[in-house]
Amino acid sequence: MSTDLKQNSSNPGSGTTESQGTVTHEMLKQVLLTGTRPGRSGPLSASATFCWRALLKIKHVPEQMLDVTMFPIMFTLMFTFLFGGALAGSTAAYLQFLLPGILVQSIVFITVYTGFGINTDISKGIFDRIRSLPVWRPSAIVGALLADTVRYLIAASVILVLGFILGYRPEGGLAGVAFGVVLTLVFCFSVSWIWTLLGLVLRSPNSVMGVSMMILFPLTFASNIFVDPATMPPWLEAFVSVNPITLLVTSVRGAMDGALALGDVALTLAASLAFVVVFAPLTMFIYRRKH
Amino acid sequence: MNVLPDLRRASLGQGQHYPMENTGCYNFLDPWYSFMAPQGAVHDMKHHEHALAAIEAFGLERHFGTTKAVDGVDLRVERGSVFGLLGPNGAGKTTLVRILATLLLPHAGTARVFGHDVVNEPDEVRSRISLTGQFASLDEDLTGSENLVMIARLYGFDRKAARERAMFLLDSFGLSDAADRQVKSFSGGMRRRIDIAASLVVTPDLIFLDEPTTGLDPRRRNQVWSIIRALAAAGTTVLLTTQYLDEADQLTDRIAVVDHGRIIAEGTSGELKAQVGNSALHVRVARAEQRQSALRVLENVLNTTVVPGNDAFSCHASVEDGAIAGDAMISLAKEGIEVTDFSLGRPSLDEVFLALTGTTATEEAHA
Repeated sequence: MSTDLKQNSSNPGSGTTESQGTVTHEMLKQVLLTGTRPGRSGPLSASATFCWRALLKIKHVPEQMLDVTMFPIMFTLMFTFLFGGALAGSTAAYLQFLLPGILVQSIVFITVYTGFGINTDISKGIFDRIRSLPVWRPSAIVGALLADTVRYLIAASVILVLGFILGYRPEGGLAGVAFGVVLTLVFCFSVSWIWTLLGLVLRSPNSVMGVSMMILFPLTFASNIFVDPATMPPWLEAFVSVNPITLLVTSVRGAMDGALALGDVALTLAASLAFVVVFAPLTMFIYRRKH
Repeated sequence: MNVLPDLRRASLGQGQHYPMENTGCYNFLDPWYSFMAPQGAVHDMKHHEHALAAIEAFGLERHFGTTKAVDGVDLRVERGSVFGLLGPNGAGKTTLVRILATLLLPHAGTARVFGHDVVNEPDEVRSRISLTGQFASLDEDLTGSENLVMIARLYGFDRKAARERAMFLLDSFGLSDAADRQVKSFSGGMRRRIDIAASLVVTPDLIFLDEPTTGLDPRRRNQVWSIIRALAAAGTTVLLTTQYLDEADQLTDRIAVVDHGRIIAEGTSGELKAQVGNSALHVRVARAEQRQSALRVLENVLNTTVVPGNDAFSCHASVEDGAIAGDAMISLAKEGIEVTDFSLGRPSLDEVFLALTGTTATEEAHA
């Protein structure tokens, strides 16, 4: 034992920026003696910890905030000024119609980063470390999704503030807007389970992005986000009317316009629930078996 | 730092027990207990035997596609021992560790860690083990202390205790300067240390170290060795994988040599070396055309197989008794064979493999 101590102390730091690597038996013994296991962390606290981890990433990698700030701004400005005049006679009138829809679209698009993040984790060692801890299994994913909800909230605020500056006035008032945003967050949390599944199954972060976009583009554009489906051919109108994004947009638009349609809200929540019921267990099944 | 004395006193107060007993999980299996309680002794002994082994595996198999990464492994690792899995890249060591650490399901066979089945009781297993993977198993974007706090929180420490534990670990591993730096900026040696520190947030009963020194320079390798020795001295069971015979030899109580997903030899390093021959003899002749006669002379004197080396000049043999090498040198000189290099050394992993399988580890890795 003492020889090791000598070996260590005869190894002074090389003078570089590297920290001194002297680990003595005595110190390690104290580490081991004091490593008493506290009570197990509960599902909530474990999820909160994973959520905290994801939020720290925003602090350390601020570039990723572009997705939740610049993209929503671009989308809103582009669609309002590009199509507003042609579709609704004036950009002001179109904005009144578009804003709830563009809010939904922007946030739904950001959900794909969930799968991207999980896939990135898998390619690093951290995934193994997390999976070898005695914690409630879904907490890693639930925590990440909760942190994403914070990102969605930021995107929503950006769009609402921008909309307000451009002249959007919600007739549903603050309560209507808040209800619309919360409903969107619930829906996006549920939809994210599809991407977590893809994140676990697909090989690379880029393929996750590709496949997610392939699903999202038709779903968001073939909806009532940009135009009234009444002008579409019957087959497309039929698709649009059962598209869950349409249900969500109708509900959010209703809430923000002050004409809440409870039937649509119920259907949106049912669709959200269905996503979770189908994709959460599938995700967890794969997560357990992932090698 | 200032939390330490209290905690230490608290755990010492329980009766000067060392970490293994600290978990309090095995009191009923304690050897003394079964010794003193003759009723139901048979029953107790059965449990006792399970309890003695940190790892018991029978017929483990795992394949990826058509490749059998683990192909019928039986393994027994005693509590408190340091056990080495020795083999070249791709031998199946990591797959085996991942099965034992509940990260991968076996396709056949069973494995128990402290008596708990890795497939059916993964949480029981997880709460007794720690895993340090081949690559930094931390979040590279987060700082050193954030990573440790996160792991401590996941183990159930409250916020304050988690922070204190993290600071104490960073201190003990000489990383307090780097506490607030992102892990991605750490050097190789620092990464390895924080990785091991992360595995000791809660004192594990068994720690898996998957190639802990691969890619480290000799000084940093010595640091890791010293940590592993300290772990062993403190009574933690260690399962270590390595590509270096030297490392297994220095650190472990028992070694299993792994090749193509199978354990092809197992024993103490002394036992293994006895199978291989205690020493390796390397001879290099000056002229290539003399090698054939050198091979013949050496085989006569050493009374063992002498293998030609990769180039045209060298030949190798493993010898039981180093003294015989002197005779070999004299015989070569008598035959007029000019020798440029004549050395007797410890067998390398390649030579162990050669002796056990007939191919060298390096050839395997390239195959």
